[in-house]
Formats: sequence, C-alpha cells, structure tokens
Amino acid sequence: MEIKVVRKVLDVNDMMAQQNRSRFADEKVFVLNVMSSPGSGKTTTLVKTISRLLPEIKCAVIVGDICSTIDADRLSVTGVQVVQVNTDEFGGDCHLAAHVIGNAANSIDLDAVDLLIVENVGNLVCPAEFDIGEDSRVVVLSVTEGEDKPLKYPLMFRVCDAALLNKTDLLPYIEYDKEAAVKNILQIHPGMSVFEISAKTEEGFKPWIMWLKERVKKKLA
Amino acid sequence: MFARIWAPLENSVLRCLAMHEMGIAMQIVEIAAASIPKNVENVQVERVNIKVGKLSAIVPESLRFCFEIVAKDTPVSGAKLMIEEVPVVARCNECSAEWTITGPVFTCVKCNSGSIQILSGRELDIVSIEIADP
Repeated sequence: MEIKVVRKVLDVNDMMAQQNRSRFADEKVFVLNVMSSPGSGKTTTLVKTISRLLPEIKCAVIVGDICSTIDADRLSVTGVQVVQVNTDEFGGDCHLAAHVIGNAANSIDLDAVDLLIVENVGNLVCPAEFDIGEDSRVVVLSVTEGEDKPLKYPLMFRVCDAALLNKTDLLPYIEYDKEAAVKNILQIHPGMSVFEISAKTEEGFKPWIMWLKERVKKKLA
Repeated sequence: MFARIWAPLENSVLRCLAMHEMGIAMQIVEIAAASIPKNVENVQVERVNIKVGKLSAIVPESLRFCFEIVAKDTPVSGAKLMIEEVPVVARCNECSAEWTITGPVFTCVKCNSGSIQILSGRELDIVSIEIADP
C-alpha cells in the first residue's frame, strides 16, 4: 500500500529560515551569507570589509567552522560582535542550518546591528542547499583554486548574487586565466556581479563595498 | 571576546560520517516514520520514494548509504530508499524556449539569453512511503 507524503525534506529548515527572515526584517538587519571553499580568504576579506563599513554600517558576524575559534579571534580584532559556531570538535556538520543561525543570533544585540554577516563553513557544496533567512548570498573564489570551480559547483554559483574573485595580487606569479574564470561564472549565472579583489592589498574593494552598502541601506531605509 | 556555540550532529554515533547527506537522511527517516498510519500495527515500510533534482547537492549513493544506517532501529528500518532523479529543466524569459540543462551552461539554447527560470532540478521531496500489505 502506497501512502502519499509529498513533503520537502528540508521543510523544517525552510520554515526556520522564514522565521529568521521575518525576525531580521522586524529588527531591520541585513543578513549576508558568505560562502566559499576552505582557504579562499573569506575571513581576511571580511575583516577588511568590516573595517571599511564601520562606523557607517554597524556589523556583527556569525562564523561557522567545524572546530576551533581561530576565525572568531581574527574577526574580533575589528571590534564588532562575533559569535563562533562550531559544528563539531572533530569533523561535524559541513554547513550552517537555519536553526543554528537563529540560535546564534540570540547572542547578538541586534538593535546595535545593521549588517549581520554569516561566514559559513568552508564548503562549496552543502551550504548552497540550506536557506538561513539571509537577504543576499556571496561566494568567494580565489585565483589559486582554478578557473573551473564554477563549472564543478554550479548550484553554489546559481544561488549566489555576487562572486568575489580573491587573491588577485597573486596573478603575476601563477598560471591563471582570469578571463576564463569570469566567463565560467557568467556561464553558470549570467548577469552575476563579479568583483576582482585582493583582500591582502584591498585592491578592487571599492566596487564591492559600494555594492554591499547599497543593499544594506536599501533594507534599512 | 565572542560567544561560542556548539551545534554538533545530534547522534554522536554518526559524527564520523560528516556529510550533509547524513542530516538529510535523518530528515527523510523522521518524515517517513511520521507518515506511517497510526492505526496499523507492526508495519513494515518497504519503500520510501523520493525525488532528487539533478541540481541539488546530493549524491544519491551517499544518501542511500546514510539512509540505511539512520533507518536502523526506527519504524522505517529495512525500507529501500527509491530515488527518482529529476532533470534540470529551464525556460527562457525572453523567447519562452524550454529545454533540459545537461551541462554547466545556463543560457538559452535558442536565443542565448541569460534571463532564465529553473523549472525543475532543485527538488528534494518525499513523495510517498510503501508499506507491506497486512
């Protein structure tokens, strides 16, 4: 006997994400979900980004890692509120789910925040699948990772609104076809905003910061 | 200073299998178990039918493997996970062409426009469960 079920497997996550979304709307907080593979330079990019947004835009960060508080230590230098989420001590969950974000947000004084940045667990696969109630998604891709990443992880590049092509200061020293990388990104997601940046030298940061500010201010208005 | 929160996978036995298919398998088992009619006793669930879009970040083989482990000692134990893969179908917003995306190209096959809608391929749905006739 067949019994119809017809339910989304992730409907619990989707429901929690909607709860987060309406809470962040009430609190007037813009939420940015930042994703990438491990080692693309997310944390450095965020430290530099936050420094440029302050004091005009008040930030807070939820940072996800399987273990350690290294990233939270680095982000704390900016002086903003930081919550470290560890998914497990030795090999845990590979993404941040909506209920984890909801829980972590309880530790943040949202009244004092315009922009809540979620630095997701370094992984180009699973985080793309989990809505956390964010307003915008950004993927960081570094030039040391190869031009073909967008083709290998299409879902990540489909669900994100912008791509940050990081570590451009290394371009003179490596064989990397930047044009091919950008072409691949746009082949997966035509019209996607692509920012070529170096988190180290902060070259190319202006357009990225403008893009982000514009979105945050639109929500706060 | 910053707050620190622990959010491990709930079942400690499963921690060594740190892939998101495990979490998804747990959800499937939970939903399937909750779908068994209350008035029937000693039910053997034979199949759990699900749809997985080709664009979803799921490896069917991993999901089947995880499902078997997670289903143990639950009302769904021994059930087969039947996965129907759903192709990625897109429609062009400019010329209304509809086609199946099979490679990593998300522009219209007819007019090359990048303004497209994904009609299917993101599914991760439980369709039904099948129980043995008493």
